[in-house]
Amino acid sequence: MSAPGEEAPVSSELVRSYVITGGRRLPSADDLSLHMLVTLAPDRELPLGASPEVRAIWELCAGGYLAVAEVAAHLGLPVGVARLLLTDLADQGHLLRRSAPPPAKSESRLVIEKVLHGLQSLYA
Amino acid sequence: MDSKASMPEPSYVSGSVTTAAKILVVGHFAVGKTTFIGSLSEIPPLRTEERMTQASAHVDDLAGAPDKVTTTVALDFGRLTLGDEVVLYLFGTPGQQRFVQLWEDMARGALGALILVDPVRLADSFPVIELVEKYGLEYSIAVNSFTDVLYGEAEIREALDLLPDTPVSYCDARDRASSARSLITLVKHLLVRTA
Repeated sequence: MSAPGEEAPVSSELVRSYVITGGRRLPSADDLSLHMLVTLAPDRELPLGASPEVRAIWELCAGGYLAVAEVAAHLGLPVGVARLLLTDLADQGHLLRRSAPPPAKSESRLVIEKVLHGLQSLYA
Repeated sequence: MDSKASMPEPSYVSGSVTTAAKILVVGHFAVGKTTFIGSLSEIPPLRTEERMTQASAHVDDLAGAPDKVTTTVALDFGRLTLGDEVVLYLFGTPGQQRFVQLWEDMARGALGALILVDPVRLADSFPVIELVEKYGLEYSIAVNSFTDVLYGEAEIREALDLLPDTPVSYCDARDRASSARSLITLVKHLLVRTA
């Protein structure tokens, strides 16, 4: 395993990812940013014939909200692959997303204020 | 990946949280990004990887792949729940210029960036600052002073060619309160810049 911020050549892991994704292109990050919170929608049934990876992501996301990056880390999948599997679940209506706020200035100011107050009350 | 056995149980985000925010902790190799994140995170820092294709002009023995090489970059991140509604993610982001795809992904939706610098390797921070500016992120500087060599703020500013209103703070990335002070300095600056 590589140290943070270090690059490592891709070996057999690339083949495994290719199989998991069925050779599809990885989706763009626009819809599922690293810090977007996701969880499984209630009363859903695991699709028949789900792959082990889909099964794992299903079980993980059934427990509550996690960020996309957390889902990838817990499953040991590259972010792009986790994002593709999550996109599939979302397209099938299985996923709830709690989206990051739009980048409007007034919105981001509100978020920054909340972050500041939160940090100050934790560490003041 | 062989790390599943050691992976901590997932700690889910509180159901009352409505907003997830992201701040980047940026710096050159071994400057202390993961230590900084670990000192503040409420969960054991997690690691994920981004896979990217990059130009390989500096790689000379890739038969059959003359132009591109695929590499993975390991990213460490942590989480901090702030009040009932907000969860803040801190992403450690390497400062190499060639990780363009990674930077687009990291910068998207980020509130801003804390640039960690090592006072004895200031020159290593130039490309990092350049990248952060290129992606239009607001930032502040945190000098991770784990050595006894002390450089004054004026020297740091001059060496890094900072604008007068770019905040500079000193921290010990191993110390939670100290890391928090540097993060608060950044967030105060972000607030001023979005006024």
